[in-house]
Amino acid sequence: MSGNDLHLTLKVWRQAGPNVPGKLVTYDAPGISPHMSFLEMLDVVNERLQEKGEEPIAFDHDCREGICGMCGLVINGVAHGPRRATTTCQLHMRYYKDGDTIVIEPWRAGPFPVIKDLVVDRAPFDRIIAAGGFISVSTGNAPDGNAIPVPKSSAELSMDAAACIGCAACVAACPNASAMLFVSAKVSHLGLLPQGQPERKARVLRMIAQMDAEGFGGCTNIGECEAACPKEIKLENIARLNRDYLAAAVTRRPETGSGGAG
Amino acid sequence: MKLNGKCPTGPIDTQWSRYKNEIKLVNPSNKRKFKLIMVGSGLAGASGAASLAELGYNVEVFCYQDSPRRAHSIAAQGGINAAKNYQNDGDSVYRLFYDTVKGGDFRSRESNVHRLAEVSVNIIDQCVAQGVPFAREYGGTLSNRSFGGAQVSRTFYARGQTGQQLLLGAYQALERQIGAGAVKMHPRTEMLDLIVVDGRARGIVTRDMVTGKIESHLGDAVMLATGGYGNIFYLSTNAKGCNVTAAWRAHRRGAFFANPCYTQIHPTCIPVAGDYQSKLTLMSESLRNDGRIWVPLRAGDTRAPGQIPEAERDYYLERKYPSYGNLAPRDISSRAAKQVCDEGRGVGPGGRGVYLDLAESIARLGEGTIRERYGNLIEMYERITGEDPYKVPMRIYPASHYTMGGLWVDYNLMSNLTGLFVLGEANFSDHGANRLGASALMQGLADGYFVIPYTMGNYLATEKPPKVDLSHPEVKKVEAEVAERTKKLLSMKGKRSPDSFHKEVGKVMWEKCGMARNEAGLKEALQAIPAIREEFGKNLSVLGGEAELNQTLEKAGRVADFLELGELMCRDALVRDESCGGHFREEHQTPDGEAVRNDEKFCHVAAWEWTGEGKEPVRHEEALEFEFVHLATRSYK
Repeated sequence: MSGNDLHLTLKVWRQAGPNVPGKLVTYDAPGISPHMSFLEMLDVVNERLQEKGEEPIAFDHDCREGICGMCGLVINGVAHGPRRATTTCQLHMRYYKDGDTIVIEPWRAGPFPVIKDLVVDRAPFDRIIAAGGFISVSTGNAPDGNAIPVPKSSAELSMDAAACIGCAACVAACPNASAMLFVSAKVSHLGLLPQGQPERKARVLRMIAQMDAEGFGGCTNIGECEAACPKEIKLENIARLNRDYLAAAVTRRPETGSGGAG
Repeated sequence: MKLNGKCPTGPIDTQWSRYKNEIKLVNPSNKRKFKLIMVGSGLAGASGAASLAELGYNVEVFCYQDSPRRAHSIAAQGGINAAKNYQNDGDSVYRLFYDTVKGGDFRSRESNVHRLAEVSVNIIDQCVAQGVPFAREYGGTLSNRSFGGAQVSRTFYARGQTGQQLLLGAYQALERQIGAGAVKMHPRTEMLDLIVVDGRARGIVTRDMVTGKIESHLGDAVMLATGGYGNIFYLSTNAKGCNVTAAWRAHRRGAFFANPCYTQIHPTCIPVAGDYQSKLTLMSESLRNDGRIWVPLRAGDTRAPGQIPEAERDYYLERKYPSYGNLAPRDISSRAAKQVCDEGRGVGPGGRGVYLDLAESIARLGEGTIRERYGNLIEMYERITGEDPYKVPMRIYPASHYTMGGLWVDYNLMSNLTGLFVLGEANFSDHGANRLGASALMQGLADGYFVIPYTMGNYLATEKPPKVDLSHPEVKKVEAEVAERTKKLLSMKGKRSPDSFHKEVGKVMWEKCGMARNEAGLKEALQAIPAIREEFGKNLSVLGGEAELNQTLEKAGRVADFLELGELMCRDALVRDESCGGHFREEHQTPDGEAVRNDEKFCHVAAWEWTGEGKEPVRHEEALEFEFVHLATRSYK
């Protein structure tokens, strides 16, 4: 321990399992180095709980370098905490002051039930991708990579949207628990590329249908999602999604079967 | 036992096409009668599962994360190699093959490596078609960058997130098959054992990480695409969850573990900051395209980097390896960093660091260009260290990153256990004793998209595995053993957390079996590790229950396996009495510190057979023959 160490008070959401009531539990956390990441701080708290014979706090995490999208905590009411464009694992304790109280909660949204403590179930996101968030090209079908020229500006815009890590902070931040930023990121990533054109309309219709079926709320252009997004996915993606959806909805044709002449 | 790699013979550039012409095929309407099990959903697992499902097989996929999109392939930054020669700079399939064999310090199989180089070009095509937003030139064509160990520009990239974008491509292909009902996905499910019936791998036993339920899943073949074991060192660039359990459990059931001592220590990672540190973060090797590595010329020079004049800096990679400079291969760059720090010339707290300096490139190209190329990496560095690389040089130090060793496989990617296939980093086959940058993504996707769809069909058509059902006594027996092991971990009631044991064994491995190894140190480790294991057996504490989400229990099972693997790694490193690639035995070096191989005695793969707890494992050899690239001293000078 050094003179710069922080003495914090944590209020952490503890919930034994799905469908049981949870509550905020207060923990004293002295001796926290400002160089620790937020999750390393929780590691230290957990190690101390374990030593005392108390069950450690469950939280999701994996890569700890801001790319896997597994971690996500609501910190003092803000998804992923106070730093712009930062996942929980990349947030460092140097942004807190000695004596601070930090409230730590899981993502809160109807479609994401709590599994335990700070761990939630985000399976609806996978089902939205499975509904249409892809380009249908089976292995072996591809032409030469340079046979499909992509304007640099399209590739860059597409990449901006493709940077989404699927952490679901957008849903957690939205008062309506809308998943529009997530869906629009995938629709933009693929829709901005020439390869994504053949399925562009079908894709947006299917993904939106699945999003609605999962029970996410509607978008009312509040913008909390963009503010919370650790990868700075822009609201303009939602505008693009709305344009594509409208165009697809008014020109919708029944999807035909794939059977052909034998 | 003589191991047979089953490599085709004849001219190397036609081996794979002749192989494909000769294999047996499964009729399209028969494919749906087979069920295949894939453990792991990274580049190899997701691409393999999607491709096999597209062909018509029923596939079940398992991963420990909450979604297949989170596998650690996602964290790969720099790029993926392919012999496209789009730059007109003299690249070819042969050159990629040659660079990979040489980069691996002549400890890989020529046939496998050539196949890898051949299919590298198809991978890029496939990924482009899936919508991977690779970097582009203004004319719309694909852009390339350079990576270590090559004198051509053959690395394709998507900013500093190439692994993420390639994995999302494979994940989307996988989700498409899940949506179509061809793949059944089991997230938050951990493989805890392998079921072997009549000498054939027939299934796995898993634990549902949410409910704790132990279950068996049977199939006509089992594929492991479960990544490497770099987390043995505790501090590594791997994700916290990366583990060796699936591979190790298969090893204990008879699969040979090949070259466990071949580990890659990546030269450019953010240095350790304190003992609370939970992982190390990689800074892509691509930064070495525009960053110069240096330390002060004089030991103990504590001036700020800006205060040290040019004449008092040692750009040691440029000095020692003028033709490759800052792009020398990883094993060589890492050792060179260790060497200058051992000389007392390291920088930053504790003196375990060297500078990666972008100043010259910023002056030449402007800050905007550097930001465009590496913006996200630089931001990540700034977030972690609180320092601004546009103003102060970055500090880096080597860290455990990748493991070239893994389960032994033949040319078909099948282990010595019939019916068990191993893909991606989990196998040993393509990188020899050192992997070149941007080749892991290439190998994972090669195995998944373009190798396993062929070799699996051949296996099923040739072997026609007989039916097995869940009532088979062997299934019940393995299930009972898994339940018993889980109960035991929960019942020890000791004092120490699994993490504390992991840190302890990790420290031993880093010091004795890390960047440099020697006989005395390895012998000490072989004493220390069993002692840690014994203490683990007596003093482990796992709180919480069995039938719930229990992250301490998960960790305990993984640490138990690392405690056995560590011993095997040291044993392998001790027997391999030579230096090659990432395996550097201090006894075998030139006067200026380069690795010295012993081809007469060690030009072979060492594959270890498990013989039971507390028993000595048996070492088997597979001779390596170099017919097309001649054995030579690897030089980057």
